[in-house]
Amino acid sequence: MSAQKTLFDKVWDSHVVHNIENGPQVLFIDRHLVHEVTSPVAFLGLKNRGADVLYPKRTFATADHNTPTINQHLPVEDPLSANQLRALEQNAKEHGISHWGLGHEKNGIVHVVGPEYGITQPGATIVCGDSHTSTHGAFGAIAFGIGTSEVEMVLATQCIMQPKPKKMRINITGTLNFGVTPKDVALYIISKLTTSGATGYFVEYAGDVFEDMSMEGRMTVCNLSIEMGARGGMIAPDKKTFEYIKGREFTPTGTAWDKAMAYWKTLKTDEGATFDKELSFNASDIEPMITYGTNPGMGMGISKSIPNADQVEGGKATYEKSLGYMAFNQGEDMIGKPIDFVFIGSCTNGRIEDFRAFASIVKGRQKATNVTAWLVPGSHKVESAIKEEGLLDIFTEAGFELREPGCSACLAMNDDKVPAGKYAVSTSNRNFEGRQGPGSRTLLASPLVAAAAAVTGKVTDPRELMEATVN
Amino acid sequence: MAYDKFNILTSSAVPLPIENVDTDQIIPARFLKATERKGFGDNLFRDWKYNSDNSPKESFVLNNPIYGGKILVGGKNFGSGSSREHAAWAVYDYGFRCVVSSFFADIFRGNCLNVGVLPVQVSPEFLHKIFQAIETDPKTQLEVNLQNQTITINSTGESESFDINEYKKGNLLNGFDDIDYLLNIKENIETFAQNTPL
Repeated sequence: MSAQKTLFDKVWDSHVVHNIENGPQVLFIDRHLVHEVTSPVAFLGLKNRGADVLYPKRTFATADHNTPTINQHLPVEDPLSANQLRALEQNAKEHGISHWGLGHEKNGIVHVVGPEYGITQPGATIVCGDSHTSTHGAFGAIAFGIGTSEVEMVLATQCIMQPKPKKMRINITGTLNFGVTPKDVALYIISKLTTSGATGYFVEYAGDVFEDMSMEGRMTVCNLSIEMGARGGMIAPDKKTFEYIKGREFTPTGTAWDKAMAYWKTLKTDEGATFDKELSFNASDIEPMITYGTNPGMGMGISKSIPNADQVEGGKATYEKSLGYMAFNQGEDMIGKPIDFVFIGSCTNGRIEDFRAFASIVKGRQKATNVTAWLVPGSHKVESAIKEEGLLDIFTEAGFELREPGCSACLAMNDDKVPAGKYAVSTSNRNFEGRQGPGSRTLLASPLVAAAAAVTGKVTDPRELMEATVN
Repeated sequence: MAYDKFNILTSSAVPLPIENVDTDQIIPARFLKATERKGFGDNLFRDWKYNSDNSPKESFVLNNPIYGGKILVGGKNFGSGSSREHAAWAVYDYGFRCVVSSFFADIFRGNCLNVGVLPVQVSPEFLHKIFQAIETDPKTQLEVNLQNQTITINSTGESESFDINEYKKGNLLNGFDDIDYLLNIKENIETFAQNTPL
């Protein structure tokens, strides 16, 4: 066996507690993030088993999935949501777990607040009962989503059973074109791999494009790893990573910091280490992306036209069903299609950088009258930054309102639902049938594309508006 | 949570020849608000099964009395998307004990194994044969034999073997669960944790 290890090997192998013969490995979990929707049955299971939470200090709870994004100071109206929020609070209290519930100053989407408070660190293993846990891989952590039985397992034992995934490296070299954001990079990769192209793999992203990316951008890319089927994605930590985490609440300090840094600096793939699969793309081939179908793999450059069934992988019947749901036809352009809703937010694009991008286009313009826009910060910290940086003033002048943090219209568990038949340009992560409300039709895109749609009322190439701003 | 032991399952099957069936279709997010595991079967494929006024969509396979059984046969990349275990619960609670496809999404596959639903991955060719057999005779019987790791179309005798790791196979055959196993090696875990600072 070669001595050279990948970044993934280094982190994974150092967390193996036990090997089960002809079975999975037992992996120690450093940090477990918990939210209100996928945890109540796990806590109930723990109770029925007479077990306790083994390491409450390694467990962090926040409410995000079904929380309202207006009037958070009032009691939650939906009795079922209120019941789940109450259950989380009680379970956290009973087991001594820190709980950042609705109204707490640190509340926000679990994958936004984890990094904000330094819970997310290089070399850590992080799980959560949510598939977008892959977000935390941006820091060189192994992070992935788990089911509720596994949430119970981690609560009870701080371990998870998993066969070691295969390894894939995706290299993108060069410089991104004008108007191309990390979201476009991710949607481009998914459009090339399809939604099952990385199933069974853990992905490492490498090359200039990811090195040049901000931490927020890296989080967006790693977040979307699950949308090509990968359990997770990760990027080797570098100076940018260390600067981001330094001084945050749960970040080590003093000698512990020095010790951690010495270890973190070793977290990169060794020269000569091998991957089960390696793919390379050129940054110059990527343009602003938009999806036209009902899975995140059905994306294309915004200036292109919708492919014909014979140009895409997979069955014709499935493809036609998908376009039928969207009421789009093969060969049509996306540019110019009227839209009804715009959503900026979610664990994919609900960070400060995303709101800066959105503001850069809506500044000095007006929201189109036919558009309902939901601007939902990923956390209170993001919300505060939006206000402090003057972005809120830009939004207000342009006719937009800012809501309170939560997952919101990404999965529409609260009241932020797109009505049946309506089109939403959304910065979130899934365009599945009914994802944003029964019958809703979602076009996934970057904050720039969302902003261009918000001010024009139709699908618009953001580069046109950006050029106009520059001129 | 305890589930029925799995050994040999012989049953007719429900065909769903659609690719990339995601967990938002299997159970839409608005039905994830329970704090107990019950009643999820009623909302399996809710928005494919019912119109917005709750009238049944006649064309959907689960509303067609010709089809039934404990095996669900789906197209490639079944269970993609969200990690919600509620999708596997809904499949189980509806009465399915086995899902057959030519490819499964990772998290869904793991969730199925953890709740007592056997995911059986077959070749695209064999999947096609199963769909054809059901089309010819909706009551056609499939036999899934976990001990031997085989799936057979009884009417034609055609058979294929499938993979499952020995550990998980043992769990399903005996109705064991992972947490009991891990609680038995708690001392190892605690020793490991001592060397792993927060």
